[in-house]
Amino acid sequence: MYGFEALTFNIHGGYLEAIVRGHRSGLLTAADYNNLCQCETLDDIKMHLSATDYGPYLQNEPSPLHTTTIVEKCTLKLVDEYKHMLCQATEPLSTFLEYITYGHMIDNVVLIVTGTLHERDVNELLEKCHPLGMFDSIASLAVAQNMRELYRLVLVDTPLAPYFSECVTSEDLDDMNIEIMRNTLYKAYLEDFYKFCKKLGGATAEIMSDLLAFEADRRAVNITINSIGTELTRDDRRKLYSNFGLLYPYGHEELAVCEDIDQVRAAMEKYPPYQSIFAKISYGESQMLDKAFYEEEVKRLCLAFEQQFHYAVFFAYVRLREQEIRNLMWISECVAQNQKSRVHDSVVFIF
Amino acid sequence: MAESGCCPPMDLFRSEPMQLVRLIIPVESSHLTVSYLGDLGFIQFKDLNAEKSPFQRTYATQIKRCGEMARKLRFFREQMKKVDVLPSTVPLERIDIDLDNLEVKLGELEAEMIEVNANNEKLQRSYNELLEYELILQKAGEFFYSAQSDAMAQQRETQELHADEGSIHSPLLLEQEMSTDSSKVVKLGFISGLVPRDKSLAFERILFRATRGNVLLKQGVVGNPVTDPVSGEKVDKNVFVIFYSGERAKTKILKICEAFGANRYPFPDDLGKRGQMITEVSGSISELKATIDVGMLHRDSLLKNISYHYEQWNLLVKKEKSIYHTLNMLSIDVTKKCLVAEGWSPIFASKQVQDALHRAALDSNSQVESIFQVLHTRESPPTYFQTNKFTTAFQEIVDAYGVARYQEANPGVYTIVTFPFLFAVMFGDWGHGICLLLGTLFFLLREKKLSSQKLGDITEMTFGGRYVILLMSLFSIYTGLVYNEFFSVPFELFGRSAYACRDPSCSDSTTAGLIKVRDAYPFGVDPKWHGTRSELPFLNSLKMKMSILLGVAQMNLGIILSYFNAKFFKNSVNVWFQFVPQMLFLNCLFGYLSVLIIVKWCTGSKADLYHLMIYMFLSPTDDLGENQLFAGQKTVQIVFLLLALVAVPWMLLPKPFILKKQFQDRHHGQSYQLLQSTDDSLEVDAHGSHDGHEEFEFSEVFVHQLIHTIEFVLGAVSNTASYLRLWALSLAHSELSTVFYEKVLLLAWGFNNVIILIVGIIVFIFATVGVLLVMETLSAFLHALRLHWVEFQNKFYEGDGYKFHPFSFALMDEEEE
Repeated sequence: MYGFEALTFNIHGGYLEAIVRGHRSGLLTAADYNNLCQCETLDDIKMHLSATDYGPYLQNEPSPLHTTTIVEKCTLKLVDEYKHMLCQATEPLSTFLEYITYGHMIDNVVLIVTGTLHERDVNELLEKCHPLGMFDSIASLAVAQNMRELYRLVLVDTPLAPYFSECVTSEDLDDMNIEIMRNTLYKAYLEDFYKFCKKLGGATAEIMSDLLAFEADRRAVNITINSIGTELTRDDRRKLYSNFGLLYPYGHEELAVCEDIDQVRAAMEKYPPYQSIFAKISYGESQMLDKAFYEEEVKRLCLAFEQQFHYAVFFAYVRLREQEIRNLMWISECVAQNQKSRVHDSVVFIF
Repeated sequence: MAESGCCPPMDLFRSEPMQLVRLIIPVESSHLTVSYLGDLGFIQFKDLNAEKSPFQRTYATQIKRCGEMARKLRFFREQMKKVDVLPSTVPLERIDIDLDNLEVKLGELEAEMIEVNANNEKLQRSYNELLEYELILQKAGEFFYSAQSDAMAQQRETQELHADEGSIHSPLLLEQEMSTDSSKVVKLGFISGLVPRDKSLAFERILFRATRGNVLLKQGVVGNPVTDPVSGEKVDKNVFVIFYSGERAKTKILKICEAFGANRYPFPDDLGKRGQMITEVSGSISELKATIDVGMLHRDSLLKNISYHYEQWNLLVKKEKSIYHTLNMLSIDVTKKCLVAEGWSPIFASKQVQDALHRAALDSNSQVESIFQVLHTRESPPTYFQTNKFTTAFQEIVDAYGVARYQEANPGVYTIVTFPFLFAVMFGDWGHGICLLLGTLFFLLREKKLSSQKLGDITEMTFGGRYVILLMSLFSIYTGLVYNEFFSVPFELFGRSAYACRDPSCSDSTTAGLIKVRDAYPFGVDPKWHGTRSELPFLNSLKMKMSILLGVAQMNLGIILSYFNAKFFKNSVNVWFQFVPQMLFLNCLFGYLSVLIIVKWCTGSKADLYHLMIYMFLSPTDDLGENQLFAGQKTVQIVFLLLALVAVPWMLLPKPFILKKQFQDRHHGQSYQLLQSTDDSLEVDAHGSHDGHEEFEFSEVFVHQLIHTIEFVLGAVSNTASYLRLWALSLAHSELSTVFYEKVLLLAWGFNNVIILIVGIIVFIFATVGVLLVMETLSAFLHALRLHWVEFQNKFYEGDGYKFHPFSFALMDEEEE
């Protein structure tokens, strides 16, 4: 198939590709961010955003604004766009689009389960869920006491069911278990998504496998760093790494035995693409790592738009918008809490 | 088109003269000044704070306030839409309410509105809850009743069994069993409520899984959609009753109910209590209903009150917002005492602008008046044509291609006549013309009504071009008369045909043998041509030649306009090295052809013009033979050919060298005088000679000129050929209408059958309207458009100006709608 997508791609995917590229051109630019960073109040932010694509979503909000409202409305815009695209999509694009949301679904499941464990109100938790990862019976997750119940009661109906096969145990849920469950699920999800993209073939497979490999590697590094100093055994840690990506398999061996951040660094610097990321941060520091990874990811996502006739643009667009919303949230929080000096700490410019 | 009186004459031929003005306005009168200038609508303000972001500007807070008020007004509008109260369009007497008061008032109204809404919502919610409760009581009552009667029947059966069989066969322990059962049985609990129907299946499934099947779920369908108390929407719902045992099951079920948005209601066990509840509930329902109605009434009156002022407030807020936007574009003085505005304004309006400034200063009791200054600039001013409702559409046809460079000749003036005329040449049929005329008259007569309301996309477009269509239809009636076609049928309108049969016996005019019996038919094509064997060759020759004549005329007009441009901008290089050779080249070849066509028409000669033109190039010295039209033609041809040949290098070579020389002269000390002169003429020389700092790239200029020359020389041939589309489309139009008339209408007529005739007429009407009136109009329109944009305008039109967008409240309203 490769090389011939141009002949047939536009029959089904042309309209949506045009749509998504149109949406992409609505992403905020560095100039916008510069202006936003100079805002004094949240109203200033609203005023600036009303001149962008977010305008219609924010214009009817009464004036004492909250960060949550801004984020909520911006997310709503993304969700509206996503839903519109999903409605218009045909196979296999619709499946592809659905795959994009599974990550949020996993996060939502984990959020609800953790929340109920700590006896939070379900409705409150539901509000915090990402709207892209919602499914019908999500609220009944609160009923479940252990993994097996969780699976049997609710998740068997969701697309996440197959990913659960590895972590169905009768153990009671606790924080550690849940975190392991999240990562196991994520691993299964990424592998499945990867397989699916490979099956699609062509430019989609090429670009998506690159993007997903990066995602998998980033997760591997994060898992390693987060599990340093916990009771997670090396073997268990090793099991959480996805079975693809640049680090697979030798990098994983090295990461599995890391005891501190500098060892992670040593392991990662053997891989040229990640060298530059670690070059940016000083020794022993892991705070800025997230931002460095985000920046690298944004760069890769932007590159996805350079090629035509493939599905990775949809993935890239959703991810970029999410990054943009994260940026807006950070900026608004900084402005709201009068911490403007820190505004540049975590904003990742997209263009 | 030029309205006499207020405006200088010839105002459409070139853009109004513009000037860059600077206004220095004291802060205290700035708001009023800008407001007056907005009423006047003659200044396009320049943004002097372009580098500042919107919220760093001086009046950002005011704009935010306006935005907030606009939001409140939108909120009211939504509320009004919900209850179908329309904002009154009756203009109230102007109540002067200023922005601050309005803001307070809107705030109060919004607070009141929100409170009323919240109250109503609360009431509505409990009302809906009660309604649901009532439903439960009825439906679940049915479950219990049916279950009870079932149980009774069963019991009776067992009892009957006892009675029949007597005490021998009946198991002795049965009674004991039953009695122990009732004592042992854990009391079953039950929960009743309503669940949305689309979720009911999943609900049941989850319940089953969560309790491992240890529940009994009974569901009953509610016939009508129920208003959900939480969301306030109408949803199809099911009534359910769940029977369970044990506390753990209960908590699970409660959680699941919550998760599925199932509303639970307590349900009394015994029958008497149930009846009592039902009456209680229905009583409170009617009470609540009354309260809600009162609340609604209150809200409606509130909204009605708002609706009286809505339009006025909306306008005020919009105006204020635009005023502050404008004020934001002004730069503020260091002392913060005055604002400095810069903007373009037509020269003729200076008086009015100054007047407005004066009035504003007076009305705001300012101690200092605003200062009005004219600035000299090298920047190119915006182009401004004062159009009226008739000329606007034509000007827009030109602007769609490109807005005229400041003060260059405006092709819009000529377009008013040439555009509909070229259209009509392609659309010549006076029957169709009349249809078009009737259509556009409909728009014209209802102009007042239609212009105030919102129209659909296509209607809007047609309505906007109503005067274009009017002229198009009038011209097509004219050309239709010339072609003598009325739905392709010829009429003898202007006297009798010049031709008749040789002898009275011939009945069919298509047979040969007509002789001329009278003088030529006085106007247009003789009707006798229609249907003859030589009809097509005759019409083709006529229309083809006519197209060439029209084309050469229009292209000449274009080149002449380039002369006027050069003259106006005092650019003698363009006159001598562009205009003159272009005129020579075009007219020596195609002008000559046009003359030949006319001579041939007048003399009735049989010369072959194709042959003549081709051999004029191939062998100019050959004898013309029978193609000779006038004496000395050969010499004339040779001279023309030589002139045309000379014109090409004339166009190509001198201009770049002269420009180079001018540039060098300027850089050798004589630049003073030249710079001044260019200042006056607001330089239009495209080759960058106006800017002394600019590099003069000779090769670039030369290549540019080369391209221009090639384009013109090739264009002279291809553009002339392009005008043949006039003939082609006209032919297509008349042939199509002939086909519809003869093959549909006459064919149907021939059957002598009423039904076939009716069908035929219907098909004919649809074909005429759909194909000839809509499609053909569109295609002829597009071709006329192309002839203007490409063939006509490329001779002279630069079209790289920008339009004058004054700050005006009147325009603002239009844009909003």
